[in-house]
Parts: sequence; C-alpha cells; structure tokens
Amino acid sequence: MGEVGKSQVRVDAYDKATGRTKYYEDLMPQDALYVRIKHADIAHGIVKSIDTSAAEQIDGVVKVLTCFDVPDITFPTAGHPWSMDPGHQDVADRHLLNRHVRYWGDDVAVVIAENEVAAMQGVRALKVEYEELPFVLDVQKAMEDGAPQLHEKFPHNILKHTDIRKGDYQSAIQEPGLIKVEGWYDTPTVQHCHIENHGCFAYEENGRIVIVASTQIPHIIRRVVGQALGRPWADIRIIKPYIGGGFGNKQDALYEPLCAWCTTQVGGRCVRIDCSREETFVSNRVRHAIRFHIISWLRKDGTFAARKVECFSNQGAYASHGHSIVAKAMGSFPQHYPCDNMECDAWTVFTNRPAAGAMRGYGMPQASFADEANVDECAKAVGMDPLAFRMQNIMPQGYEDGFSHNVNYYDSFRECLEAGRKYIDYDRKVAEYAKDTGPIRRGIGVATFWYNTAVYPISLETSSNRMLLNLDGTVTMQCGETEIGQGADTAYAQMTADVLGLKSYQDVHVVSCQDTDITPTGLGAYASRQTYVAGFSIRKTGLLLKEKILAYAQELTRQAPYNMDIVDGNIVRVTDGKVLMSLSELAMTAQYNPVHSEHITAESTYTIQNNAYSFGCTFAEVEVDIPMCKVTLKNMINVHDCGKLINPALAEAQVHGGMSMAIGYGMGEQLLFDEKTGKPLNNNLLDYKLSTIMDHPHLEAQFIQNAEPTSAFGTKALGEPPACSGAPAIRNAIYNATGVTIDQNPMNAHILFKRFSEEGLIKD
Amino acid sequence: MAKKQYALVTCWINGREVEQMVDVRASLTDMLRNDFRLTSVKKGCEVGECGACNVLIDGECFNSCLYLAVWAEGKHITTLEGLTGPNGELSDIQQAFMDETAIQCGFCIPGFIMTAAEILDRKVYYTDDELRKLLSGHLCRCTGYENIFKAVKKTMLRRLGMLDDPYLNS
Repeated sequence: MGEVGKSQVRVDAYDKATGRTKYYEDLMPQDALYVRIKHADIAHGIVKSIDTSAAEQIDGVVKVLTCFDVPDITFPTAGHPWSMDPGHQDVADRHLLNRHVRYWGDDVAVVIAENEVAAMQGVRALKVEYEELPFVLDVQKAMEDGAPQLHEKFPHNILKHTDIRKGDYQSAIQEPGLIKVEGWYDTPTVQHCHIENHGCFAYEENGRIVIVASTQIPHIIRRVVGQALGRPWADIRIIKPYIGGGFGNKQDALYEPLCAWCTTQVGGRCVRIDCSREETFVSNRVRHAIRFHIISWLRKDGTFAARKVECFSNQGAYASHGHSIVAKAMGSFPQHYPCDNMECDAWTVFTNRPAAGAMRGYGMPQASFADEANVDECAKAVGMDPLAFRMQNIMPQGYEDGFSHNVNYYDSFRECLEAGRKYIDYDRKVAEYAKDTGPIRRGIGVATFWYNTAVYPISLETSSNRMLLNLDGTVTMQCGETEIGQGADTAYAQMTADVLGLKSYQDVHVVSCQDTDITPTGLGAYASRQTYVAGFSIRKTGLLLKEKILAYAQELTRQAPYNMDIVDGNIVRVTDGKVLMSLSELAMTAQYNPVHSEHITAESTYTIQNNAYSFGCTFAEVEVDIPMCKVTLKNMINVHDCGKLINPALAEAQVHGGMSMAIGYGMGEQLLFDEKTGKPLNNNLLDYKLSTIMDHPHLEAQFIQNAEPTSAFGTKALGEPPACSGAPAIRNAIYNATGVTIDQNPMNAHILFKRFSEEGLIKD
Repeated sequence: MAKKQYALVTCWINGREVEQMVDVRASLTDMLRNDFRLTSVKKGCEVGECGACNVLIDGECFNSCLYLAVWAEGKHITTLEGLTGPNGELSDIQQAFMDETAIQCGFCIPGFIMTAAEILDRKVYYTDDELRKLLSGHLCRCTGYENIFKAVKKTMLRRLGMLDDPYLNS
C-alpha cells in the first residue's frame, strides 16, 4: 500500500551492486564473428574503389563487404514513432555503407573475421581510393551560395526551415524609447558519453534475424532494421538487455541495421559490432551545435516589446532526428518569456561533421543557454536584478500554449525560483559579492527552462503493458518503455503495486528486458516520457487485471465484485474489512481448478493525448580567478516542478546526473575538429573533458511537487530537464562576478582569456 | 604469418588458484571476461580513461584494461564478484551503494566499488577533497558522483566508528 511517493531501493540495485547485471556484451555467444568498420579518413568525397585483396588474405578474415555491396536502400535512423503520413516521416538518407562520404568517420566498408585482431588488421589492409570534395564544418557557411553540397535533395544544405510569427515584430520595434539587446550565442558539439559504448550482435534463427542491442528503443529499431534491409518488420526480433546509459545516443538506429545485414552475408552466423570509445564519439550521434541570434526590444519597465530569434542548427552529415531538435529549441522562446511580438526562424543545416541526434534535453540546453544569456543582458540593460527580471517576465500561472494545450496550472516557475533563491541565499550574497574588485571575484547566476513531458501532439504517444498474476500472488509486468539506468522499472513497480493493492513494490516483477517477440509494443525511453506515459497504461492494465481477479474471486467467495477490493495482497470484503483470501490462494485455485482453470492476465494500450509542462531552474555560485582564467563552481542547486515524485530518492539522483552533464556542457565539454581536414581532434575520454568527481561541488536537488492534473499519477517529465539550465546559470554567475559576457560554451580558460583580454580585465 | 604466442598464467582469482593459457597480447580485462566470465569487469574505453574495468591486484586497484594478462602471474586478483560473499552477502560498501541510491545504469559501478574497497581497506580517514581525488579515476555519466561520494564517505566513517559525528557526516 502507498508505494508511490516512497524512496524505495531500485529493483535492479542488488544485481548492479554485485556486478551480475548482464549488458549486451555479457550475453555474447562465444562463436560470434567480429565485424570491424572501415571509417572514412576524409571529410567529404566519393569512394572510387576499395581494394579488398590484402584484407582477404589475412588469416581469420571471413568476409569483406564494402559500400559497393550493400542494397541500394536508404533508410532513416531517428528513434521517432513511425508516422503513417509521409510528410511526417524521417528523412531516409543513409545506406548501410556509404559511397558518398559525408564526414570524417563515415562507414565505407566492414571486415568480418574470426577474431578481433584479424578484423582490425583487415580494416587496416583495405585500400580506399577517394575522389575528394571540398567540405564545410560551419553551419552558416554551409548555407552560403557555392558551399559544398552534402545531399542532392537539399539545396544550400538546408534540411528544413520553420518559423514562428506572433503579433507584428516590425511595427512593435517602432515604439519610441525601446532598448535593444542583441547577441550571438554559440553552443558546441558534445557527445553523450554513456560509459557503455553502443554495440550489438545479430544472428539468424528460423529464417528471421535476431539482434541483441544496447538501445533505448527496441520496437523502433525493429522497424528501422526492416526498412534498411528491405525485409518485413516481423522478420526482425530485437532484444534489449540492461544498457549502460544512453542519453539519447541510443535513441537512434546506430549499428543494428549494419549488424543485421552482416549476419545475412555470412549464412546467419552470429556477428558482433562493438563500438570503441573513439568510434562512439564520431560515428554514433552528437548533440546539435546551435548558433542563436537574438534581438530583444525592451521597455524601460523591463517588459519585452518584441523579440527576434534566429537559430542555426548544425545537423552534421545525416538527418537523424533532424529539424525536430531546433524546432523544439525555437518553440521554447515564445513560451518561456511570453511576448506579444515575436519573429523566430530555425534552420537545420547539413555540414561535414558527425550526425547530430537526440541528446538529453533535445534542443533545450542550447535554447536555455542562449535565451538565459540574453535575458541576463536584458536585465542589466534596464537596470534590474536578473532574478527580479525573470520573476516579472517569465511564463505566468494560467499560461496555455495554443499548440500543445499545455497549461502552467500553478505558479511553478516562481515557486522554483523562490526555493532556489532561499537555498543559495541569493539576496545577501549578490550584495556581498558586488563588493569584490580584486583578481578573484564571486558571483551568482540563475537560469530557467521549461520542458515538454512527451511528444504529443507532434508524434504518436502510446504505451502498452501486460500484467500476469503469478501463483504466489505476485505480479509480473512487461512494458515497452525501457529501463536505461534512470530507474523506470522501479517507478513502474511502485505504480503497479498501488494500482493493484499489493503489499510491496517487491511483489511486482518488472521484466526489464524487452524482446519485440514478447514485450507489448512500446516506443522506448526518450522525451522524458516513460513515467508519465507508462503511468497511463499501468493504471489501465492494472484496473483490468483487478477486475479479472475480483471476477474470479466472486466465483470463489460468492461476494459481489463491488463489495471487494485488493488490500496488501489480499481480497478483502470492503463492507466489513474481512479478509476473504490471499491473492496467492486465488491464483493457485484459479490455475488448478479442474472445471475452470484460468491464468489471470491483462494487457492494454493507452493512447496519450495530453502533454505537460515541466519546469525548473538552476542557481550557480562561482569564484572567478581572473588572471588564471579559472572558474570554480562553489555551489549549485536545481529546483524542479516535475509534478508528484514517484520515488524521491531516484528523482534526486536523476537531477544530480543532469546537473553534472550541464556542468560539463558549461565548463569543459566540446568535440573539436581540425579546420583543415575535418578530422575530429579529441574523440577520447582523456582529451574530451568529461566532468570528474573533482569538478563538482555538492549538487543540491529540490522539488516543488505540484500534481500534474493530466497525469495518471500526478507526475511529469524529469529525465532530461536537469540538464537544461545549468550551463547558462554558470554563464550568468561569471557575468555577475566579472561583468563580462561569455556567449559561447564551454566556458573554458581559452574563452575566458579571450574575453577577459577583450574587456580589459587582463592586460599584458 | 606469425602464429599467436601463448603463455600459461597461474594466479588467484577471487581466492581460487587458477591456471589459464592466454594470448600474450591479451589484457587482464580480456582474460577475466572471456576466460572466466567475470563480467562485472566492464569495458568503457579500454585505454585506462574511465575506470570501469578496475580490479584489485594484490590489494591495489588497477585498470585491468592496461594490465597484461601475463603480468597476473602469481598475483591475487579480486573482482566485484569476489567482494560478494558465497551466499550472496553484500560487503558494506556494496550495501551503501544500494542504500544511498548511488546506482543508476550500473555500468561504472563495479570499478567504482573496487576502488572504494581499496581505499576503505586502508582504514584511514580522508577529508572530502582527499576522497574526491582518490575517486577521480572513474567516470560516471548518470549520477553526478553525488551519491557515490556519499556512499563511500559514509562507509569510511562507519568503519572508523565516526558515522555519528554530525560535523563529519554533513
């Protein structure tokens, strides 16, 4: 009873603490052949020929396959729900191996071998002849006339352009006395860096292809593999075991299609593709680098008269999730700080960089960085405190978005900001730090974000699950919304226990592994949707199962179903509280009843036609050593309104992880490319500066628990939100400390040195 | 073409003496995972950057991916499987990782716990800064290290009989 809302220990904690949990590579058949990929070592060009003869001579090499051998089928890779409307389908722009090389690291051939060494030697022995083409890395240069073209169908490399028009921007800026605040804001290419690299293995079984993959989206991967190979989708079976993090990278078809095709080329023998860390950085997906141009027009009272926002999203070489990311980023502006006159434009542009896809925050970390940087400058321009400026202008209570029909039911933003203000002792410290004038200065910054909970109404939102009453009175539950480390299985167990009236969440066995032959169809883990969307189907299926249990109980007890309930795992007559029988007695009797045997099970699908705003903010406190160009993060708090918490301890842990990612985004992480060759320069965990335990202060996570009215359990998005507002909060803290605007992240010593020099804080 | 070279390695793994022929180029990670199916030893980078493959060798923690299997000759190696009792009993540090919600995807956890085990076995009090430095050889993308730090610190204080000190346990 009452499991929802308790900080229960994760259902998978014991196995993970003992190292028993099996990830894809731990399940590898011993006879699997190694597939190693030949990645292009040019940024743009056409493969003229590949000489495979030397590779084929290597002892242990079984087969060499090149871009000239693959089926002439292009396929989309984004982990989006399929749409029956061709206009809403993802762009199909990849072959399994590509003759037209579009980035340094593109896949041109594979070597399949009996062992890893032979496979790697085989890759090195391939001789690829290219016709090299000019390449472009910068998003705006790629849009210019005469820029190198990546895809024939997309002139000027523009994958898509969309806009938002609200009121009349041009007229509004004529209002006398307006103050103009204009800025360009640049966000970098970063990578997810889940500690388990992506990998998979595939084999044939009874004429079908089985793939065991480190993925967030098994059912979607089944569809993409079917499309890529030109096979019926039901020919494909995807098994998803535990995975070592995903953060959006594994919300894409990575090497599952290629692996599936490889097994068909070696008679159905098992083949494995295991990405190295270096490959993961370059040849999986990255977060979109988005450049923003913002012009804000302010009245003297600090209200917005008009705003113009331009967003240039660097897609890299292939469409993947494409325009949906920058569309989401752009869409955040009119709702974040509502303003009557807005002109927003977003372009998604192909360049010769690694393909960008989903990454925790899906456009919002970028948008929050730009918007919150600009807003801080707006506050300064009108002489207001940045927090007071936000309190005045941020999305008010009762705001409803016309498209999603999301409503800010409470005054969530201001409640979050008040909690953060109190924790960090904002007013006192801001006053005190303003007195710092020496080489070391302290400052506090604040930033906010909002986030959608799922993908309705842009895409399908659906969740299915199945529940089975076991003979011991426990319940087995299967769901297509995947556990990827965030703790979904535990939340599901808690919700299921409450809907059914079980004694404990431990009486629910959530089948963590998804198998598309068995698991009810689901969309997987993305969009911070799992707890929200699975909540609906858990409730629906649980009520269905309960109805069946009570119907059977009626046969055994002669009591009317409406006079019975399930409490602590027992059938109880509610009229007098009498315990009639345990669920175990009921299940055993039902199973072994010689005249009416029944295995009691329920299954259902819930189509979600709602969405929900999730809100939050970050306060960051920094100490800036100006001569050293060094920022030390002293204190940081995130406050979230993600509705009611299902498991407070797990929610808090989610926030810590997101804050950590935001700190990396703000201060250290950036995938760099050689301007002369397009080659990635730091695609390893030594040179790519992922935060370590030494780079963090204590991470404070707090919650405002306003129950979401549309939700089955009062809950809404939390997975991605914690990663959104950290970087701009750090940026604004540096601004507060030094008065210097840093309009690009990561805010490392290189950038600080440049900016402090430009502003005269550092002299020769 | 040169044939592979093999060597016989005799060592103790989780308290048991074993003999194994290994490819002389194989890492200790390869041997532990492939020959002994000790799959708690995780591969996150295979070049000593992430710490997921850490094991104890004669009581000292190493990145097993950077340690050749042949070097294990005569050594006592402990993996996370060896920290768990014969009947599945958890060590205090494993229990602390569970209790403090220090585990999410779980992939970095075996390595982290092995380093923590080494640190804790020294029975030395470390300041927060020292403890952070000692744990800094591990990368984790899920937890922000917050609860991992709590789990290690609390276990250290508990072992030293200092857990109830309100100043230390803040």
